[in-house]
Amino acid sequence: MKPKRMVAVLAAASLVSLGLAACSTAGTSAPAGTTALTVEDYFVPPADPVIDKIYASCAVTTNAKLTLEHVPGAGLIAKVLQQASSKTLPDVLMLDNPDVQQIAASGALTPITNYGLSGAGVAEGTVAASTYQGKLYGLQPIANSIALFYNKDMLSAAGITPPTTWAELTADAKKLTTPTTYGFAFSGINTYEGTWQFMPFMWSNGGSEKDLNSPQNVQALAFLTNLVNDGSTSKSVVSWAQSDVDNQFIAGKAAMMVNGPWQIPSLQAAKGLNWAYVPIPTRTASQTSQSPLGGEDYTVPNTGDKTKEAAAGKFVACVTSAKNETANAAANEELPSNNAAAAAFAKANPSLAGFLTIIQHGRARTALLGADWPAAATKIYTAEQLGLTGKATPAAAWAQADSQ
Amino acid sequence: MTATDLSLHASSEGPASDRGAPSQRPRHRVRLDSVSHWFFVAPAVLYLGLFFGYPIVKNVIMGFQDYSTSTFFTGVAPWVGFANYVQVVSSSIFATALTNTALFTVGSIVGQFALGLLLALFFKRRFPLSGVLRALMLLPWLLPLIASSAVWKWMLDQGSGIVNQTLVFLHVVPTSVPWLVSPDYALVSVIIVNIWLGIPFNVTILYGGLQGIPEELYEAAALDGATKWKAFRHITWPSLRPVVSVVLVLGVVYTLKVLDIILGLTGGGPANSTETLATDSYHQSFVLFSFGDGAALSNILIVISLVFTVVYLRLNRRALDE
Repeated sequence: MKPKRMVAVLAAASLVSLGLAACSTAGTSAPAGTTALTVEDYFVPPADPVIDKIYASCAVTTNAKLTLEHVPGAGLIAKVLQQASSKTLPDVLMLDNPDVQQIAASGALTPITNYGLSGAGVAEGTVAASTYQGKLYGLQPIANSIALFYNKDMLSAAGITPPTTWAELTADAKKLTTPTTYGFAFSGINTYEGTWQFMPFMWSNGGSEKDLNSPQNVQALAFLTNLVNDGSTSKSVVSWAQSDVDNQFIAGKAAMMVNGPWQIPSLQAAKGLNWAYVPIPTRTASQTSQSPLGGEDYTVPNTGDKTKEAAAGKFVACVTSAKNETANAAANEELPSNNAAAAAFAKANPSLAGFLTIIQHGRARTALLGADWPAAATKIYTAEQLGLTGKATPAAAWAQADSQ
Repeated sequence: MTATDLSLHASSEGPASDRGAPSQRPRHRVRLDSVSHWFFVAPAVLYLGLFFGYPIVKNVIMGFQDYSTSTFFTGVAPWVGFANYVQVVSSSIFATALTNTALFTVGSIVGQFALGLLLALFFKRRFPLSGVLRALMLLPWLLPLIASSAVWKWMLDQGSGIVNQTLVFLHVVPTSVPWLVSPDYALVSVIIVNIWLGIPFNVTILYGGLQGIPEELYEAAALDGATKWKAFRHITWPSLRPVVSVVLVLGVVYTLKVLDIILGLTGGGPANSTETLATDSYHQSFVLFSFGDGAALSNILIVISLVFTVVYLRLNRRALDE
């Protein structure tokens, strides 16, 4: 059974490399004067029509002939590593922002500043995510984050306003919990998604991924553990991805949830669901709510072909122009990374306006640890799971996860 | 490799001893012969070297290197000696993963083998629709693993899963069981799913073995008064032993490295309660991209597999010799 599977994987891998070879030969036969560029991203076909339009217009601006390569999300990094070792990196590479520093650390990327680009006027957190050892390696057209979504009808029926502190959230969640509905839901799964959703509680409370055993981190974990223990949150959160949390919320099984703006289309499609969102509550009213920043960076890999690298730089500049960022943000329910564009965009799109401050206060997951972030992220979700399942007290959970 | 070794021996020594007799063959013919022998062996050697030898050697070497994301770009993987092994073994997760691997393997094998043997014995008696039912037994084998683990995940859901709804409805349990979300149940749940998955393999091989036992033995034994349990104890079991050893050895080797079911059901969670050496190795290599640590873990897993196989084969040979 397993050996057959291996053969299938090998066969698939060889098909992929054949496909690649085919692409690169097709790419070199571009008409004179234009540059052939390969663009690799993880958008699953059928690709977003708006992104396709942006790519096409940027191809015209940079006088390039594009070959698009869509690699489904989970396989992108593996593909990039494979391409790095066979020296077949694409000319323009899109990366999820927490991966940028790790790939930059390997030497596979060129600083984006080589092409006259800079992070000036761009949301600080996104620049931090794209900077490795003081050099900027990519720009991200749009950014997202997470917030506390709530069911307006359930809250008004219970006579409460959205919580702003942990104490309020605990009390409200308890009040909103009925035999069929949990007051609060979040993703506590043992993947980076779980870590991503834990960060606001940790950061807003002054905790840091550099010092996992800090009292602030213990406090944050104790807070979430308490919500699970008092029955306001389902014990199943340890297996819920963010999409599961969204499904629970849409089905009316959760009155409040932590989630991101990319869920807005599904919320709008749900009939009879009245929802809104606020920044994620902090422990005390004086703390600032800080959420992690998500989004994708466009980078220029180190292919050694200076002409193509320069053209790729121009292409990235075009994709991250204020106009294209705005079109992209509107299509994907996110905000432009460019501060001025974001402010204008928020005015025109009231449903996303609330994310403007969240993103301005947003932090990059890799800002402090860079390429060491994945190891810390694993420890963070492990500690969270140990705490939420009652396998260890919050303090012991951090100690145990830190030693792994 | 043993097959290749044997044929290599045959090609180098076999013809020479033939030619010890005063044969009148010309000398160059001898060389041609041995060269042509090599041609026959070459495809197998090439295949084994390329698809078995190279990956294993590479994995062993990788276990001693700091093989990270940058290695792919620079091609540089510094030699770190046993540092990877020290790192993975001293991690607090190693003891958990080792225990879970042992429990998972023993639990799965015992369950699969016991149920498989019972079903094989059951199907040995022909009855209406037995053929159809036996074919249906193969179903778990035919489904893609990712699909079956996704369906099991739904079925075992704490709130709305059919398993809990049925158990609660029948008053078997007072409240729904947290199959996959409680560290106390998750490993058991994963073992149950793996047993379900392994039954077809066990039934098929054991059923085949049962078919090979001559009917006369049972008839003769029946005349001496040995039926049912006695017949099983003194005829079926001893005759089935070689098949049983194959099933168990293959079963253990397959189970030790099970990855997809665990990834599909729990991803090693909650709180590492279903993390095994295989899932940990996968996580090191393909999530953290720390290939050196991942290789070290998988080498440990390979050694455990080998040790088990060798010990078991030894025991088995001794038993047969007696």
